Amino acid sequence: MDFVAILRIALRALARNKLRSGLTMLGIIIGVGAVIAMVGVGQGANQQVQSQIANMGTNLLVVQAGSANMGGVRTGSSAVKTLIVDDMNAITRECTAVKEAAPGVQTRGQIIYQNQNWAPSGGITGTTSEYFDVRSWPIKEGESFDKSEVDRAANVAVLGTTVVDVMFGGEDPLGKTIRIKNLPFKVIGVTVSKGQSSFGQDQDDIVFVPYTTVQKKLAGITWLQTIHVQAISQEATALAQQQIETLLRERHRLRQDEDNDFMVRNLADVAQLAEESGRVMTLLLGSIASVSLIVGGIGIMNIMLVSVTERTREIGIRMAIGATESDVQRQFLIEAVVLSLIGGILGIMAGLASSGIISKVLRWPTSISPVAIVVAVFFSIGVGIFFGFYPARKAARLDPIEALRYE
Amino acid sequence: MATASIPATPEVNTRRGNVIHMEGVHKIYDLGEQKVHALRGVSLDVNKGEFVAIMGASGGGKSTFMNIVGCLDRPSKGSYILEGTDVSTLNKVDLAHIRNRRIGFVFQGFNLLARTTAMENVELPCIYSAIPTKERHERAMRALTRVGLKGREHHFPSQLSGGQQQRVAIARALVNSPAILLADEPTGNLDSRTSVEIMDIFQDLNEEGITTIMVTHEPDIAAYAKRTVIFKDGRIRLDQVVPSRSIAREVLPTLPSVESELASQDGEQE
Ligand SMILES: Nc1ncnc2c1ncn2[C@@H]1O[C@H](COP(=O)(O)OP(=O)(O)OP(=O)(O)O)[C@@H](O)[C@H]1O
Ligand SMILES: [Mg+2]
Repeated sequence: MDFVAILRIALRALARNKLRSGLTMLGIIIGVGAVIAMVGVGQGANQQVQSQIANMGTNLLVVQAGSANMGGVRTGSSAVKTLIVDDMNAITRECTAVKEAAPGVQTRGQIIYQNQNWAPSGGITGTTSEYFDVRSWPIKEGESFDKSEVDRAANVAVLGTTVVDVMFGGEDPLGKTIRIKNLPFKVIGVTVSKGQSSFGQDQDDIVFVPYTTVQKKLAGITWLQTIHVQAISQEATALAQQQIETLLRERHRLRQDEDNDFMVRNLADVAQLAEESGRVMTLLLGSIASVSLIVGGIGIMNIMLVSVTERTREIGIRMAIGATESDVQRQFLIEAVVLSLIGGILGIMAGLASSGIISKVLRWPTSISPVAIVVAVFFSIGVGIFFGFYPARKAARLDPIEALRYE
Repeated sequence: MATASIPATPEVNTRRGNVIHMEGVHKIYDLGEQKVHALRGVSLDVNKGEFVAIMGASGGGKSTFMNIVGCLDRPSKGSYILEGTDVSTLNKVDLAHIRNRRIGFVFQGFNLLARTTAMENVELPCIYSAIPTKERHERAMRALTRVGLKGREHHFPSQLSGGQQQRVAIARALVNSPAILLADEPTGNLDSRTSVEIMDIFQDLNEEGITTIMVTHEPDIAAYAKRTVIFKDGRIRLDQVVPSRSIAREVLPTLPSVESELASQDGEQE
């Protein structure tokens, strides 16, 4: 039996009860639409997290003072004093997979400009100019501290955009003097805005000064809390991590049985973790939405059963003039699939439209991959076959004589 | 014309050219507590080219017999050999193919698909024998022309008279050029003129060699066949050659036409 003929029979049967077919399709439209929109929301969020992680710096590794686990308790990095600037110099010098490194010492404190008073949530970070390369965080105006400023622990500062906005309003901050812990600092640069982190923190609420200045003048310490390291390539991050660990264990003279007194975090791992949790979220949203798809499928089954009963006589006639069981079964199956497929296609449109609305109104990024659409199409065909199978089977099993006598 | 007034072939029961051979066929409908014995040992042979009228009181088992002949149903007991093949050896798919290709069935009541044009109704058997669209249309057109419905191919059954619907049903039975034409009360609800017109078509087809079996209650319709078989209580009571056969082509001009009916205002209407 040729496919075009069977398809025409199906379309005619569906067109005969337009309202009923429409309402049945509505179930699938809502189901597929919900899946598409929810997966779009999930994937959009995932992509945003990924781009934020990329935003933190490419091929970035962070060495933190303190072990991941000390006596079962996660200890603050400030408790350990073994990570020093010579370690950093050794890393850049000896680890072949490392391109650049920048030290990091954090302190907290008030900054004052004229009558403005502000404690940046990101704190005061002591570092060198390499930091801005390693973290892919360029200077927007002015410049970073040079080597001599670092060497002599100069009172110079680079400000994040939030600090500039809060402290200076519309004024040009370059060349102005601010006070940090009562010491005067000259503003020499402003970084570009980095926006919110994936955890919702304002990354621009921060002040940078030379690390030597923090060590000697602001905190009175000799060690580092972090070293930001850039590997030579994405693929080299694992190697860089390994080289750094070996080097630091050697330099810190750790015995075989001793734990690391530092921790190397690889952003690739973080990104992977975030991606995994994003996938879980997408899956969760998608599966909640697919419940409505199942409900839609049950709607199809219901209407197909009604249709088989209504058309018992028609089935009888078809069988009497030579339709085989499989002809009848195919006819009803195709009807169910046509219903669900048209519903699915309309559902995709509905899903695209509603995810567009979601991203406009709620300012939530959405992203719908072609894969999701292809999957949705196949899924709705699957729903049609699955829920159409039983009614079609029922139709095919009718006895032609009984069916012909049916009133 | 030549064969028209000659009595039916005398060798009714020979096996030569046997299309249908039935022996001791029983049909029992099991309704749970009650068993209905619709056929109680029917034995019948029908040769190629015969035209048999089945008669008998209501409930006598005529439709049951026709359903078995038409491979819509199987005997509960006994054997049925159709064109040399024992039907009991065939599976459902084989039976569907036989219904589709070897047999044309005109059902009691017209049993056309509603909201489906005459043309599409007639095409239906071709759809199930995988005939290409173009040939399907041609065949359906030929069959419709044959039963005098040219120009009505795009009408729906609800837009056709009873006689026209019956013609569509006959065209549908013919479209796959079957060897056997089965008709269960083909003139059941038709006025006498239309009935004779239908008989004209049947006699024509039969002359072309299609073995025809028709159920009827009306003796004057049965007179258009070559042989009459009378059923009673699930058994064959009488099997005889029609003594003086009516020829539709000769009868038709003697009947009042629709126009003359209108003119004289005394047509026989239902
Ligand atoms: N599907 C069925 N289930 C149960 N009993 C049936 C069934 N079909 C027919 N019968 C019974 O079998 C007997 C014969 O029925 P059948 O339809 O063959 O009669 P018929 O000779 O065609 O009658 P009519 O002239 O009224 O059409 C009847 O008693 C009827 O009730
Ligand atoms: Mg009957």
